[in-house]
Amino acid sequence: MKQEYIITAYSENHIGLLNRITIIFTRRKVNIESLTVSESALKGISKFTIVVNEEEEKVINIVKQIEKHIEVLKAFYYTNDEMIFQEIALYKVPTEALMKSDQIEKLIRQYNARILEITHEYTVIEKTGHKEETQELFDGLYQFGVLQFVRSGRVAITRSPIERLSEFLKERDTLFEKMEAIKML
Amino acid sequence: MEEERIEITGSEAIIRSLIEEGVDTIFGYPGGAIMPVYDALYDYRHKLKHVLTRHEQGAVHAAQGYARVSGKVGVCIATSGPGATNLITGIADALMDSTPLVCITGQVVSGLLGTDAFQESDVVGITMPVTKWNYQITNAEEIPEAIAKAFYIASSGRPGPVVLDLTKDAQFAKMKYSYTKCSNIRSYVDDYRTDKKSLREAADLINNARKPFLLYGQGIVLSGAENELAHFIEKTGIPAAGTLLGLSALPTDHPLNVGMLGMHGNYGPNIKTNECDVLIAIGMRFDDRVTGSIKTYARQAKVIHIEIDPSEIDKNIKTDVALLGDAKWILRLLIRLVEEQKHPEWLKEFQLAIEIEKEKVIDKELNPKKPGLTMAEVVRKVSDLTNNNAVVVTDVGQNQMFAARYSKFINTRSWVTSGGLGTMGFGLPASIGAKFGAPDREVVLFCGDGGIQMTVQELGTIAQEKLPVKIVVLNNRFLGMVRQWQELFFDRRYSFTEIISPDFVKLAGAYGIEGCAVQKREELDSALKNMLKSDGPYLLEVMIEKEDNVFPMVPAGASVSDIILTANEDN
Repeated sequence: MKQEYIITAYSENHIGLLNRITIIFTRRKVNIESLTVSESALKGISKFTIVVNEEEEKVINIVKQIEKHIEVLKAFYYTNDEMIFQEIALYKVPTEALMKSDQIEKLIRQYNARILEITHEYTVIEKTGHKEETQELFDGLYQFGVLQFVRSGRVAITRSPIERLSEFLKERDTLFEKMEAIKML
Repeated sequence: MEEERIEITGSEAIIRSLIEEGVDTIFGYPGGAIMPVYDALYDYRHKLKHVLTRHEQGAVHAAQGYARVSGKVGVCIATSGPGATNLITGIADALMDSTPLVCITGQVVSGLLGTDAFQESDVVGITMPVTKWNYQITNAEEIPEAIAKAFYIASSGRPGPVVLDLTKDAQFAKMKYSYTKCSNIRSYVDDYRTDKKSLREAADLINNARKPFLLYGQGIVLSGAENELAHFIEKTGIPAAGTLLGLSALPTDHPLNVGMLGMHGNYGPNIKTNECDVLIAIGMRFDDRVTGSIKTYARQAKVIHIEIDPSEIDKNIKTDVALLGDAKWILRLLIRLVEEQKHPEWLKEFQLAIEIEKEKVIDKELNPKKPGLTMAEVVRKVSDLTNNNAVVVTDVGQNQMFAARYSKFINTRSWVTSGGLGTMGFGLPASIGAKFGAPDREVVLFCGDGGIQMTVQELGTIAQEKLPVKIVVLNNRFLGMVRQWQELFFDRRYSFTEIISPDFVKLAGAYGIEGCAVQKREELDSALKNMLKSDGPYLLEVMIEKEDNVFPMVPAGASVSDIILTANEDN
């Protein structure tokens, strides 16, 4: 059964790695719903957060293929309820519409959004939340003429108290030690 | 102590780094963007043998042949743009067949990257999906470290091809040279140590099995586990069958070797896959040409998969116990845990299957009643005349399947073929590399009249190197394997599979290569003897019965138990 999964991957910060990871999806004709890359809590290690709508079996295959890349330290996959996640959306509406009625103000209050900038011509509104929430606000603002709209990729964090990567790095150190010991024999 | 660091050019650093890695032979083709490296090579030509192929595809296949036979990393060099793109087929082939390669390509000067400069192509981008690792070097200082990493990555874990793209300015620039080998990359695990619990589970399954069956792949050869494999099956009494790439890992005549798996493999191994109770797969990846329909594959069996690449576990066939790691290591541990057993009744079933196959297929192929020569009898005769000692190289198609079915092996690393990618044109250049990789061994190539023409220019390389490879062209005047499928599955509509060939003997002669053609069975024996007696390269063209088919056959997508023995058999 297809459902939304969040794939996270930790890698060295190398040129071309994004490409190496995305072609794994392309080859299997899997669409990436959203993708975010940034430095993780560990210096020099990038974290990829990729959202797909796929069958679990395919997701497992993809995760293993991602991990196979030399510069990838580790990859994981989660269902939505295993993670806390957010997206951010920006909306540009005509300031005139904001002035004319209190409708937009009500929407901003209702959705807990905030205004970033107001000029004579336009006003920029920001909202963070799940896709459905940012979409709802978009739908509400639509009648006032949304001049521009943009939504970020998903950022996500696990519900477990520890970073699984640190756990993994520890395991790897033990493995290396074990193997060194074996080589010495 | 202050380390001595001398200043040399990036090009010289490349050559010296290769020598540090123990490279003695490289295959390549010069061109604008790699000229500085070739210039540096000129000073080292007595230390580092360079083989000039006639096409970059020839260079990469030769490097593959070299790697497969010698167990070392194959190295090839090409220029930027077309030089690099011509390597792609071989790189993709090496990735599929886990062959360690380091391919060095020239690149335009770094300032011109992205400007559509002359002979510029995005080699890192193009090779990304077909390499284990690739890297562009734009700074001479990076060279030793990049080469060290390349060799480590190519040869460790599950081996594979690596591309280093080297800009021309990095080749010219001076750098302070020192070399340290690479043995560890933080983000890369080259081996796993499977846990005791899984080993115990596997041993329990094996000890309690009544009909255990073992499948061995090239992983045995890559990890050097040939002795462990033999020891393991001898102790447990388990019959073993090889994948196409696993051939020669276990002597053909070993009493527990029951033949080859796969679409054109032996009858017994295919049908018994669906009758065994424990299936032990080592260093193989359950390719669709081995499994047929996975829905009906070994459903009754507990599956133990011994494999170094974690992404292969459960990829095609779900395992009950996965043992991750180097095959040699795991087999050594398993040997201690398994009990001595014999399975005479079970083994007898395989012998019965071989009897059936002999009667229906093998005897007809080896002792044909019809006048036309068969590929099988040629292959077997070569095996006999070389005392099963030759390195057998093949192209792709019927020639390959007959060579696989009827060659006999005593020694490991005696079999070079393009399995996963099925690259026609692989054989001739691969045989060049194989001969350089095993100069003291007889190297015999079997190829078809179609495949040889895809890379026939490499006869020039063979002539220039006076390389004593023995080329057997099995000429049936057809693209035989496609024709066979047309006959069986496309109503005999022979759409563009008839092929005209040059006079191969004359063609060889034009290159100064000795040759001979045979039409009749009576001539075959002496012609093969003459070929093997000759000191230099030799091309023997054998005219084969035009419309012969390779059997048995598991039709694409069918179950392995639905293997067909003959064309008119109603299964």
